[in-house]
Amino acid sequence: MNEFVRGIKKGFPICLGYIPVSFTFGLIAVKMGFNPLEATLISLTNMASAGQFAGIRLIEGGAPYIELVVTTFVINLRYMLMSLSLSQKVESDIPFYKRAVMAFCITDEVFALAALEKGDVKFPFFGGLMSTPIIGWTLGTFLGAIASSLLPPMLQGCFGIALYCMFIAIIIPPARKGRKVAIAVIVSALFSCLFKYVPALSFISKSGGGGWAIIISAILGAALCASIKEIKRTLKKKRLTLVKGDSHV
Amino acid sequence: MCSMQHIAIAMVIMALTTYLIRVIPIGFVRKKLENEWIQDFVFYIPFCVLSAMTFPDVFYSTTPAGATSPHFLSASIATMVALVLAWKDKGLVQVALVAVFVAVLVELLAPLMF
Repeated sequence: MNEFVRGIKKGFPICLGYIPVSFTFGLIAVKMGFNPLEATLISLTNMASAGQFAGIRLIEGGAPYIELVVTTFVINLRYMLMSLSLSQKVESDIPFYKRAVMAFCITDEVFALAALEKGDVKFPFFGGLMSTPIIGWTLGTFLGAIASSLLPPMLQGCFGIALYCMFIAIIIPPARKGRKVAIAVIVSALFSCLFKYVPALSFISKSGGGGWAIIISAILGAALCASIKEIKRTLKKKRLTLVKGDSHV
Repeated sequence: MCSMQHIAIAMVIMALTTYLIRVIPIGFVRKKLENEWIQDFVFYIPFCVLSAMTFPDVFYSTTPAGATSPHFLSASIATMVALVLAWKDKGLVQVALVAVFVAVLVELLAPLMF
């Protein structure tokens, strides 16, 4: 079968899944004061759920550009890891301009499907894989932006929880299966709550739409867990050398 | 809300930042990360970012714009339902849509009960 067509067939379920989520983005963006064209363009040019939601919140809050860059960077850092992982999996002779096209649509879901491919990822396959999700994400945003004024405020409000519940659906399964992921998730959530509710710290969550509070909470949680693993590794190495030492006696 | 020009510049900055993050590794890096601490750190970062973004903000997320007080009840119940569904490995879309449905249900029923 043609690789491009095979990619399209694989990507189509992602396209369908993107529509309700991007619909919510469109709703919220318009509620925040963006017009439907702006909301749709943001979706088309970013293809990034969490990063976009944080971004429009910062823009609306009048945050300085540097904070927009840092927050977007930190929230989308996972794409860097996915891109790195994909760089090991694509056919090695793919030229730079084709890699540059592929990079545009490295999203959580598209990456997951590409990573599950047996053998090298070919350019036509990835091209097919990414094409319909881009359409779904953009179209959903546009529909949500237009529907925003038609929906009653109560319903608009309730759609706001959709994104957070998607995040919950992303973080809970790995947290259930891995204790350190659970620790990372809980520690970050705790710091995030501290920054919001402890009066002495609340200036952090009030600056720039909450971007810094997210960054600091996430870095503290991830650094703690990476350090726990590092300590365990060091202890293990020490134990190994001790065991080796014993065998010499 | 800020000026059109400010929004336009911010949109370009956002798109460029997001794209650079994605294009640099696949475009240039061919070697594997060496430092194990950094490997672990980047592994945990996505979960931590999503968690910090979700809590405590999810509890304010069903509050309509312009409401005088936060709608904690619908948000909390919907969050509980989402946590249970996610625990059972349900997909993103299903978790999100059921949570919205539950939130709407609570919003509709709560005034009748209290």
